[in-house]
Amino acid sequence: MTTPVLSVKDLVVEFPTRHGPLTAISGVSFDLAPGEILGMVGESGAGKSLTGSAIIGLLDPPGRIASGEIWLQGERIDQLRGDDMRVLRGRRVGMVFQDPLTSLNPLYTIAEQLIETIRTHLEISVNEARKRAIGLLDDVGIPAASRRIDDYPHQFSGGMRQRVVIALALAAEPALVIADEPTTALDVSVQAQIIEVLKEQCTQRGASIMLITHDMGVIAETADRVAVMYAGRIAEIGPVKDIIQNAMHPYTSGLMGSIPSLTQEDDRLVQIPGAMPRLAAMPAGCAFHPRCERVFDKCTASRPQLIPMGTHEVSCWLYDDATAVAAKP
Amino acid sequence: MNAPMPEPLVEVSDLCREFDVSKPWLNRLIEREPKQFLRAVDNVHFNINKGETLALVGESGSGKSTIAKMLVGLLEPSQGTILFGGQRMRTDTSAEMQVLRKRFQMIFQSPYASLNPRWRVGEVIAEPMTVLAIVKDRREIQKRVDELLVLVGLSAADARKFPHEFSGGQRQRIAIARALSANPEFIVCDEPTSALDVSVQAQILNLMRDLQDELGLTYLFISHDLSVVRHMANRIGVLYLGALVEIADSKTLFSNPVHPYTKMLLDAVPDLAMTGRERKRVEGEIPNPINPPTGCTFHPRCPFANERCKREVPLLKAYGTGVASCHAVEEGRID
Ligand SMILES: Nc1ncnc2c1ncn2[C@@H]1O[C@H](COP(=O)(O)OP(=O)(O)OP(=O)(O)O)[C@@H](O)[C@H]1O
Ligand SMILES: Nc1ncnc2c1ncn2[C@@H]1O[C@H](COP(=O)(O)OP(=O)(O)OP(=O)(O)O)[C@@H](O)[C@H]1O
Ligand code: SF4
Ligand SMILES: [Mg+2]
Ligand SMILES: [Mg+2]
Repeated sequence: MTTPVLSVKDLVVEFPTRHGPLTAISGVSFDLAPGEILGMVGESGAGKSLTGSAIIGLLDPPGRIASGEIWLQGERIDQLRGDDMRVLRGRRVGMVFQDPLTSLNPLYTIAEQLIETIRTHLEISVNEARKRAIGLLDDVGIPAASRRIDDYPHQFSGGMRQRVVIALALAAEPALVIADEPTTALDVSVQAQIIEVLKEQCTQRGASIMLITHDMGVIAETADRVAVMYAGRIAEIGPVKDIIQNAMHPYTSGLMGSIPSLTQEDDRLVQIPGAMPRLAAMPAGCAFHPRCERVFDKCTASRPQLIPMGTHEVSCWLYDDATAVAAKP
Repeated sequence: MNAPMPEPLVEVSDLCREFDVSKPWLNRLIEREPKQFLRAVDNVHFNINKGETLALVGESGSGKSTIAKMLVGLLEPSQGTILFGGQRMRTDTSAEMQVLRKRFQMIFQSPYASLNPRWRVGEVIAEPMTVLAIVKDRREIQKRVDELLVLVGLSAADARKFPHEFSGGQRQRIAIARALSANPEFIVCDEPTSALDVSVQAQILNLMRDLQDELGLTYLFISHDLSVVRHMANRIGVLYLGALVEIADSKTLFSNPVHPYTKMLLDAVPDLAMTGRERKRVEGEIPNPINPPTGCTFHPRCPFANERCKREVPLLKAYGTGVASCHAVEEGRID
């Protein structure tokens, strides 16, 4: 078996408070294969961004990794500090965030920013780096790249800025790109373009993508596998098509049914009652049990772990051998 | 047998709105620049029939909220008329307008901003009733507030709480209860679920449809999400840079879009059903609205544009049951 690009094992992220620690990420595990695109979906507050920030060592204090391991290409990285982490971030993991302006410095031209990034990671001359930078901008679809490279970020439209950020993320040829809601702030007609560029350019370079979004449609189009997060845990993970057409976890199937369809007449949407629990009021057992229509005694008592079910892994007591018989409707 | 003739509740014609986006007077003088205007809404026509939902879709800046605000009298049109039940809408406080104003309400995108945080939920919901002097007796008001809370899926006891004690979805329920409190016929909903998660959005969309059936409401439903719009609307209008480029009934718009921009917008929506439907690549971005392209404002992005498109503004013409404004369609260059 090839070594995964990224391997997250039993990750726990906590925020200390006066009333004791709040657990925001609670035992998340997954692998990402070379060249693979993994989608992370879930509702607001499910822990998608925190998982991403934990991987690249950018948790806002006082948030901290309380336990678990993170491995990048066979090397453990969750304990890297300072410069080592910075090198890793720039060189081996590229990042694309929702707002392009968090990644771009408004005071420097695109050329200056790209050339600097390229040169901190590759020992080449300024001229050489500039050529590379123009090539990159060309690749991500900036028209007249050799002229526009000397512009400042504010001279670009929102969509063009996000293209520049993608170029910047790829400048050091990383093995992994973490994209957190890369298209959420963009217009509908521009979103599709950005997703396409991201996918195309990463695939050409063999980089894996961890694509964080709340938009299941984007995942359907882009990802190979998807992890569905709920209340800081993974509810279900598996190949995109299987999860979309054959969801096993009651939360996933509710979620899929609640999205209005473009192709089908649906009189009523599936409605999951209630809302996701707050961190301070996490229910015991399965975190989804207060909203689950198939809840039974075991769900309230103990927490289900991810268990393999065919192509999926599901954390739900309905699929546990010992209880499956009792719980089937 | 023929269906009953649709009866228009809202009739919008020639509606325009410009905003003055000039630099300060002194700058203009020094830089010798003329005043600049942004045409946020450009010659828009549509009707909304009693009991139906008309949706307006469009990308950011296409003029959706500006139209919404003009419809409920929060913003003065620069030109054009809005008739509500045959009466002309105005932004003044005349006695006629007071009467008219009782008949419509608006729900906003952000359930956080639209509820006064210092008021108890009961007061928030009662406000339209008291301001419009519809119910005066205090006990009567309280009874109505309790009924409304139950109607939107909350409980009467919630009247005593403050908005911050509720989740986003619950706050939007409160906003809906408030909008219903003065018994309106017509509700303008400006992105009512855009700030909500999908599972909560489903709750609110279901609720809005139930209320429409129960109370015979008419909706103008504004959204940038095509699948939400398809789910909610009987008819859909598509906006681009302030102009209405197509109106069609919901099913037709999705199965047989006429305008090239509508087609592009549909092609941009990810295919969740994974049907593998064939889609064209979407090109370009929305141009600066202060200096919009000449002729058909969509021409720089349109695969069918020709010289006439660059020169001449296309007018809305009827095709099948809908209308669209496109020279290529008119000339039969697109099927
Ligand atoms: N600095 C912080 N202090 C306390 N709690 C935090 C902090 N940052 C995040 N959290 C909590 O951690 C949980 C997960 O947050 P996260 O930002 O990962 O969610 P998300 O899935 O990315 O949501 P969204 O879709 O809204 O971006 C939330 O409950 C959030 O309130
Ligand atoms: N008060 C104002 N002053 C100047 N320009 C304005 C004002 N209000 C709106 N505009 C401009 O008018 C155009 C239409 O804005 P509007 O808010 O109606 O768009 P929208 O379709 O609701 O967009 P969104 O999806 O972002 O809500 C935009 O270009 C906007 O910048
Ligand atoms: S009028 Fe011309 S430019 Fe405008 S949409 Fe039709 S073909 Fe395209
Ligand atoms: Mg996030
Ligand atoms: Mg708006």
